[in-house]
Amino acid sequence: MRTIAELEDYMESPDSALNPTEQVAVFLQIGEEILEHWVIAHGGVPTQDKKEGFRVLALQRQGSKGDASFNACRETARELAYHYNLVTLEPEHKDVLARLTMAQMVAKHLVLFVGGKLQVSGLGEFCCSSKGLRLNKNEMESIAGENHG
Amino acid sequence: MTILIDKEVRKAKYKKVAYYPGCALEGSAQSYDKSTRAVSKALGLELVEIKDWNCCGAMEVKNVDPEIQTYLSARVLSEAQHKSKQDVVMAPCNGCYHNLKKAEYDLENKDKSRAVTEKISKKAGHETYKAGDVETIHALDWIKFGYGEEELKAKIKGGLKGLKIANYYGCMYTRPRHIFPEKDQGRDSESTSKPHYMDDLLAIAGAENVEFPLKTACCGGAHTLSDSDMSTKLVLNILQAAEAAGAEVIATECPTCHSGLEMHQIRALKRLSKKTNVKVIYFTQLLGMAMGLSPRKVGLNFNISDSMKFVKEKGIA
Repeated sequence: MRTIAELEDYMESPDSALNPTEQVAVFLQIGEEILEHWVIAHGGVPTQDKKEGFRVLALQRQGSKGDASFNACRETARELAYHYNLVTLEPEHKDVLARLTMAQMVAKHLVLFVGGKLQVSGLGEFCCSSKGLRLNKNEMESIAGENHG
Repeated sequence: MTILIDKEVRKAKYKKVAYYPGCALEGSAQSYDKSTRAVSKALGLELVEIKDWNCCGAMEVKNVDPEIQTYLSARVLSEAQHKSKQDVVMAPCNGCYHNLKKAEYDLENKDKSRAVTEKISKKAGHETYKAGDVETIHALDWIKFGYGEEELKAKIKGGLKGLKIANYYGCMYTRPRHIFPEKDQGRDSESTSKPHYMDDLLAIAGAENVEFPLKTACCGGAHTLSDSDMSTKLVLNILQAAEAAGAEVIATECPTCHSGLEMHQIRALKRLSKKTNVKVIYFTQLLGMAMGLSPRKVGLNFNISDSMKFVKEKGIA
């Protein structure tokens, strides 16, 4: 599994050698990977199930259990699945590149949103605070020491 | 809670409503307040500002003690009912709207919320709000049903002239679903997965709405203080997506989203050297200008980003 930083980097500059069908499959995979990070950070085992044919939807649902704020990315996950369908079902469509661009931006939003929430999660239903899930205990204690020292 | 679907009933009920501007519309979102009041006047819809309103509890109180947030929102509803003598409260701010709806849900379904609200209300010396006594609506409901879409068509002067708009609703207008029992009720009701009320109103005003897949995506507003760079990246992606969708303007209906989009648009240029040209304008400002109100009348000059030249070039003002 790639790190969150690697996922962000890929979304900044995707592999231009891939054709649209291959590329959108990578975007979908990245959507699944960032959601896996969320589930693992909360002590869960990422599901292999699919919801409505998509693992990204099953993972989003799994991630939102017990955390209503995570539903803020429910529609983003659905839009990613929708744009995957648009590109793969009509690869010769005249708008395929525009659809691919939109799929990229939707996947990028998912990566930024989940990555951001992981970094600063816990403030409440719709926002975030300083519970640094990305940091280990020593790092957190070190930061706390700097802030209060 | 009664779910009102009948358009005629709504029209009569929303003609005169209690107005709850909330903190944002008195501060960073003055242009939203100004344009809401201007549109109200132009449409002949009466706003009765709630006397002695208080903070809805926003995020800060809710995260420290959700029951106190419920009380604070309940007090606003109580003031509307008992002091302002209104049974509908219109809240243009998504945060306020969301919190009043959440309080309504909690007071109907949670014993603890009822007990805490009753205890503090008694101590504070005002009437305790009871779930179901007041209906909370958004500015979108208010215009769509209080004035009516057919009637609005007749009020458009000049219109938006095919302006390409990405309608951005943000994350709090439709979530969580259970606090909005009137949504997802079929025809004429709002959709929580693909909201469309703003699209509907601006299409009547002459806009060409673009397909925008991030219309309910998080703007990063809550990250602004704790992780500003993340907010900037989230906003930049939203702005770029709107431009990629062909939009010239992002229409907003949430002060947190609006100020975030405007501020991080500037920050993205300064910190990331990424320039976007899409304009960020409140839907009430667009609607007002479509009805012939001047840009100043709808507070366009109060927005952070300068759209004056743009609306003039487009022939909207």
